[in-house]
Amino acid sequence: MEKLRYALFTGCTAKQSTPEQMISTMAVAEKLGIELIELTEASCCGASHLQDYDDFLSLVLNARNIAYAEKHGLTMVTICNTCQLNTAMTKHRLDENPKLKAKVNEKLAEVGLEYKGTSEITHFLYAIIDDIGLDKIKEMVVAPLSQFNIAPFYGCHNIRPSELQNKTHKTPESAYRPTSLDDLIIACGGQNVDYKEKSKCCGFHVELQAPHTAAVLTGNAIAGAMDENADWMVTPCPLCHLKLDTQTAHASEAIGREVELPVLHMQQMVGLALGCTPAELGLNHHLAKVDFV
Amino acid sequence: MSTEHKITTQKVNFKVFRFNADEDYLPYYENYDMEVTSEEVVLDILNRIKWDHDGSFSYRRSCRHGICGACAIKVNGRSTLACKESMNDMVALFGDELVIEPLSIKRAVKDMIIDKGDFWGKHEAVTPYLVADIDEEPEMENLVSPEDAEALDEADLCIQCGACHYACPVVEINEDFMGPAAFAAAYRFESDVRDNANSRLLDANAEKQGVWDCVKCFECAEVCPKEINPISKITKLHQMAFQKGIAEDNVAVRHAVGFKKSIEKRGHLDEGGLVLYSEGLATIKHIPVALKMLKKGKIAMPWNIPTSDNMDEIKKLVKSSSTAKF
Ligand code: SF4
Ligand code: SF4
Ligand code: FES
Repeated sequence: MEKLRYALFTGCTAKQSTPEQMISTMAVAEKLGIELIELTEASCCGASHLQDYDDFLSLVLNARNIAYAEKHGLTMVTICNTCQLNTAMTKHRLDENPKLKAKVNEKLAEVGLEYKGTSEITHFLYAIIDDIGLDKIKEMVVAPLSQFNIAPFYGCHNIRPSELQNKTHKTPESAYRPTSLDDLIIACGGQNVDYKEKSKCCGFHVELQAPHTAAVLTGNAIAGAMDENADWMVTPCPLCHLKLDTQTAHASEAIGREVELPVLHMQQMVGLALGCTPAELGLNHHLAKVDFV
Repeated sequence: MSTEHKITTQKVNFKVFRFNADEDYLPYYENYDMEVTSEEVVLDILNRIKWDHDGSFSYRRSCRHGICGACAIKVNGRSTLACKESMNDMVALFGDELVIEPLSIKRAVKDMIIDKGDFWGKHEAVTPYLVADIDEEPEMENLVSPEDAEALDEADLCIQCGACHYACPVVEINEDFMGPAAFAAAYRFESDVRDNANSRLLDANAEKQGVWDCVKCFECAEVCPKEINPISKITKLHQMAFQKGIAEDNVAVRHAVGFKKSIEKRGHLDEGGLVLYSEGLATIKHIPVALKMLKKGKIAMPWNIPTSDNMDEIKKLVKSSSTAKF
């Protein structure tokens, strides 16, 4: 098989508050024989907040990021659900609306760039499942996670709105009964935990303006996983990770119950199963102690 | 033999929420095993339960055509219009055990019937009608151009079924939050060129109750049987607040504006800087968690914040493409 190559859009979080996500992404890519070409020119996707303020600017900036992936002639891989949503949403809107695309390209031309619409945009989770395949992962596992009950936490911006999301990957995903992350847990030899909150919101986006709402949602998510005897949680989204890993004190207070579980990034889980060491996966960067390895 | 119109049947176990606020202390679930045909919708099942099993079973329905919005309930936790949702799709999605519940268990009055008072109260609060000085004897009709009509973005198709409202996690937590349907209604009239109400946009942007408390989960977009996409209207209400110069100087607004400031400077987001700009002095409350994060290498120092390559391009684009002011 020819080596898989993607243009990597890291987003901001992987470079700041979740460094372990960047580390584990690179480690897993190497194990899987994937070449990731980092888009060092890319800017922030706006995180769906810039969009509330200046929609056109957010379109131009995201189109610029995609234009760089197009220059490489590669599919863009994202490692954050919110980056995925905002980038894919931009692509969708520009591809559907030639007038808007022309308007955006008028701006990009000022800096010698053009958005063509030639690159696909997919989250790393789906790149692994679609392009490598669960069977191949299963074959490659050297340290099966068989003693663990693992609770998948999908993160809103990978599964909703499903109409848009399902255009960005081949494996169909239901917003109400998502399966990709469950399947990946199983492929890594783990036991997937079913719980109601797995497809719900972590509250990240109102952390500052509505801290109580945000904390209750985080608390409910961890409590849901704990109630189904999860040993740890896993998520493909660094923003969910930040909430679940660093905000347990607020979350516990908000729901009146102590909640905490180790929370791994999807990449870290795959990395463990493929035999990476904890250091190679940045497991020392977590607040909720990862004490099972 | 043609298979095109083949009707299939299947055994399904229904767990149906039962409760009578006048008599029961607690709700309970009744089991019904039924043969279901692929032609049926969820409402057919509700009818069969009532007609064949228990005449006291209660639910709302009227039009049976996805128009009146009365029949919304939850199937396996998913809000849906009973008269529109095919049983086949439900079985394909959830398997042959289906849990039938009202839109909101805590508001249940009798079986599927809920007290929708909070929904209607919030609907009413957005002045869900056109406010305009009407010339009682106009010379000709008030023309609205196709472009102006398009601005409504189909928000006028909402049937007030409440599916989105009771799927919204914020409605569950913050009782002041107006909810996606009320916001869609607010947008419907705010975007109408003939309207000149003056407090609707302010109310929809007010702290605690307004659009800024939306967690951006897209549950409302996913669930709406009329494809209104309420969160897209919420985004527009945010933008309108800036366009009309009524955005308040508060945490949420500065948080949105802060992204532009940060991008202009570094391309990347300066996470700490954003919190500081949004919250000002109140940032101190984050210090305990921030210290823990610092210890784990999760906080970039001001001199270490990553910067995108080709910043000149980003700066130029921010300058030339900005459309909003604060
Ligand atoms: S996107 Fe906002 S309004 Fe819609 S369901 Fe989620 S929190 Fe509620
Ligand atoms: S926006 Fe959609 S889901 Fe919400 S009340 Fe209107 S029709 Fe129902
Ligand atoms: S009965 Fe009217 S919408 Fe279902």
